[in-house]
Amino acid sequence: MDIYARRRIANGMVMTLSVAATAFGLLWLILVLWTLLENGIASITPALFSQMTPPPGSAGGLLNAIFGSVVMTLIATLIGTPTGILAGTFLAEYSRGSRFGEIVRFINDTLLSAPSIIVGLFVYEIMVVKMGHFSAWAGAVALAIIVVPVVVRTTEDMLHLVPDALREAASALGSPKWKVIVMVSYRAAIQGMVTGVMLAVARIAGETAPLLFTALNNQFWSTNMNGPMANLPVVIFQFAMSPYADWQVLAWGGALLITITVLLLNIGARALASWGTFKQ
Amino acid sequence: MPADIALPRVSAAKSRHGAIGDFVFRSLTFFFALLVLLILGGVIVALVEGAIPALRTFGVSFLFTEVWNPVTEKFGALAPIYGTLVTSAVAMVIGIPIAFGIAVFITEICPIWLKRPLATMIELLAAIPSIIYGIWGLFVFAPFVQEYIEPAIIGSLGQLPGIGALFAGPPLGIGVLTAGFILAIMVLPFISSIMRDVFETVPAILKESAYALGSTRAEVVWHVVLPYTRIGVVGGVMLGLGRALGETMAVTFVIGNAHRITTSILQPGTTISASLANEFTEAVGDLYLSSLVALGLILFVITFIVLAIAKVMLLQLQKQAGG
Repeated sequence: MDIYARRRIANGMVMTLSVAATAFGLLWLILVLWTLLENGIASITPALFSQMTPPPGSAGGLLNAIFGSVVMTLIATLIGTPTGILAGTFLAEYSRGSRFGEIVRFINDTLLSAPSIIVGLFVYEIMVVKMGHFSAWAGAVALAIIVVPVVVRTTEDMLHLVPDALREAASALGSPKWKVIVMVSYRAAIQGMVTGVMLAVARIAGETAPLLFTALNNQFWSTNMNGPMANLPVVIFQFAMSPYADWQVLAWGGALLITITVLLLNIGARALASWGTFKQ
Repeated sequence: MPADIALPRVSAAKSRHGAIGDFVFRSLTFFFALLVLLILGGVIVALVEGAIPALRTFGVSFLFTEVWNPVTEKFGALAPIYGTLVTSAVAMVIGIPIAFGIAVFITEICPIWLKRPLATMIELLAAIPSIIYGIWGLFVFAPFVQEYIEPAIIGSLGQLPGIGALFAGPPLGIGVLTAGFILAIMVLPFISSIMRDVFETVPAILKESAYALGSTRAEVVWHVVLPYTRIGVVGGVMLGLGRALGETMAVTFVIGNAHRITTSILQPGTTISASLANEFTEAVGDLYLSSLVALGLILFVITFIVLAIAKVMLLQLQKQAGG
């Protein structure tokens, strides 16, 4: 066989393998979503949204868990978003080229991929141990710590995309720097910043590990932020690992619910971002 | 210059006003940037503080002891450390070639209209929460592995002398291999999206030159794209590794939570994060809790180092591309 044929065959094999790899990746996405639909769709009933988590062997829903997840996600977002935006603003607007900025950026990127269970341990040590009991506040703080790096990163990236000419124009009109940032940079970058927050919410909506030792779980309806609170991910974990069939069915329902929420948030965030003002 | 342009007085008043606003706003943003550092510092201090009782009791041998016995209160971290490293290694062995294939397909072969939707779909794999992979792994994937994949592996690879020991034992479905496989799927999008990004940085003129000399696509990828992006590719792999090491829920569902070290990757094991998720809320006794926190500290140190290396490598590539 001559060298040309060999090279052609080698090329054909590599290209085929890379097509196969892509198909393989997509296959898992489809498989996971398909199984979720298949197993979860039956338990998406009005009862799922109107009844409490049941004891084994009786019917029920996930109302308290859904409520807990929504509340904790909301509070975490309310804490994490301003923190992240302000820190990101510092990185993009005040610390260009500074040593301190570089360190913060480096640490933030590391926190971005740090194991979420470590965040759970950290909040357990600083809140649960000090307060003496598990609480929804601790859960919300743990989730907030996961929100912060995501928002810092996107805020900084989006502010970097704002053309300096805009800032210079505002400064030339005599606005102080803080006004330039708030009235010009933020306005120009708002779409991207909202995208970042949506991605952060999507990320924490399904986070389980940081809630295991902070919010714990609660069999009952609770609005007490100072006590353990039910939440979807931990309920799914507990129910799926249990030997009871009706618990497992509820776990599939909850899993489907979370996945749909997360995927919609993600796709929504991407759609918003692709309308971007500064597509280059 | 006409004297009636009375700018100075107005702007002096304005700028003093602005200066206060500026100072306040700058300090505010500075404070929150500092908070990011404080979170990291806080994590380290809290974990070290929590781990002290265990480290004081067991000393350095904590790292090299396999025993994990809550009843006699003897704890060693070797089995979870081993499990963490082995599951991540399996994930990398499976995940890297596939991620590479996906990146090559998207950057070199795929028609332009398909690029975005395809990249988005692969990235959605990263959006699916880890608990979903867990429940899917436990109920769907593990039985499948037990029925079809593991018997095939035991029948073929398991019979080989030497490496056969890696694939010995009954097919359980649940174990290190299954966990590693699910981890591989989970880190795919992270690795492939970074590879894709760095492949895009290769100047078109380099690739065109190679094509002009008669190279095939495979040769361009291998001899031009890869050498040019080496650092970035390794950085992406390290980032994926960092994710795999700390992944919790998906692994917890399918690893089997057995505190022991087995040569066979078909057998149950445990990882640091799975031990924490399974045992932390049920741990009684200060020493037990403290040992678990010490495990967390070890995990944090390992992932921090891996992620820091990844970051440094990607920064280097950025500098290379920028300069």
